[in-house]
Amino acid sequence: MAEPLLEAVDLNVERGGRQLIQDFALRLSPGQLVQIRGSNGAGKTTLLRVLSGLSRFAYTGSLQRTQPLLFIGHQSAVKTLLTPRENLLFHVTGEDFGEEREIDQALAIVGLYGFEDVPVSQLSAGQQRRVNLARLFLTDRMLWLLDEPFTALDQAGVSLLEDRFGQHLSQGGAILMTSHQPLRTLRPHSEVDLSEL
Amino acid sequence: MQVNSGQQAKGMSLPSLLLLILRRQLMLYARKPIEVVQPLLFFSLVLLMFPLGIGPSAERLAPFAAGALWIVALLANLLAVEGIFRSDFEDGSLDQLLLSPHPLYFLLMPYLFVHWLTTGGLLAFCSPFFAYGLSLDTTGIPVLMASLLLGAGVMTIVGALGAALTVGLNRGGMLITLLIMPLYVPILIFGVAGVNAAIVGQSALPFLSLLGGLFFAALALGPLAIGAALRIGADN
Repeated sequence: MAEPLLEAVDLNVERGGRQLIQDFALRLSPGQLVQIRGSNGAGKTTLLRVLSGLSRFAYTGSLQRTQPLLFIGHQSAVKTLLTPRENLLFHVTGEDFGEEREIDQALAIVGLYGFEDVPVSQLSAGQQRRVNLARLFLTDRMLWLLDEPFTALDQAGVSLLEDRFGQHLSQGGAILMTSHQPLRTLRPHSEVDLSEL
Repeated sequence: MQVNSGQQAKGMSLPSLLLLILRRQLMLYARKPIEVVQPLLFFSLVLLMFPLGIGPSAERLAPFAAGALWIVALLANLLAVEGIFRSDFEDGSLDQLLLSPHPLYFLLMPYLFVHWLTTGGLLAFCSPFFAYGLSLDTTGIPVLMASLLLGAGVMTIVGALGAALTVGLNRGGMLITLLIMPLYVPILIFGVAGVNAAIVGQSALPFLSLLGGLFFAALALGPLAIGAALRIGADN
């Protein structure tokens, strides 16, 4: 079996003095998609932040990541003062997005053709979300951690994203995502339901 | 469908990423020039109060001038530094910065540099004008500029530490003042003493050297502390 991109063993997560997650184990290998489900407040976002390495002090247990990951959280990480193109050109993550031409292509794929030079503050919530999701078409990272990636997206946006997920998995990538709705075309390798833990 | 041809994660080299962040920060200030103008406006308006309150004659203003310029520069910096990480924290950019595989220590440098340039640097370059307005002896002006430039460097780094510590709190404004004001004391003392030494004809070099030493110490250690504080702030 291939080397896992993310491995968690005996993970216990606490937040605000409350034990959110107990004895959690996860092994995410190339080509796998794992979906985390659970009711509001079950700890999906907290778990994702722990697994990404953003929450360093909230857990006990062992957690291993072999390479840099891509994390898309609730917040868009998009600067409203900048245009979509500038947002992708002047990012802070250290991914290699390539040239301006490639960024424009990615913006066209997510349906922002013609909006490249419009300040993000003038775009709709769904369009702002798409600026962030254009990252998924440019990134060179293999491990993706996505928190509710379908929020504020229309149907076409959802299927576009699922197609991209499928492509990423077939190229040896791995995805860990939280979502309320079941996926339509893709089938997760496994599902974790936090409400039942 | 994927645009990039490269399959394996290479990522960017650190220098080119630093250049990108630098351009991003400069561009954000350029899009919101009010953020740059605000500290300067504050600086000039508060300084305007001194001749009004103390009296416009040179013999009454001159003894206060160096101290007043320094204290107001300090307050202007304090007001501006509070927001250094605020918008990045609120829109999630800070999370992305923390997840970058490069050392946070270096990634913070463009933030600090641009902040220093747009507040302390700008105030230092405008300070001769205000020094003249407060009847500061002209022999003190070069030292005033040099000490403000160096001092603003320390103020930016120390202030950014306060901003990082309070980034997760909703209203950090008052707390940040209480946290870092005491740390500004040595630079205030050395800065004003240097200017006054130059005015009475003594060498200001010892005081500038002390400020320089503080600046390099802050530069060496500050970003480590700022990075740690930001990581704690993101852990919520």
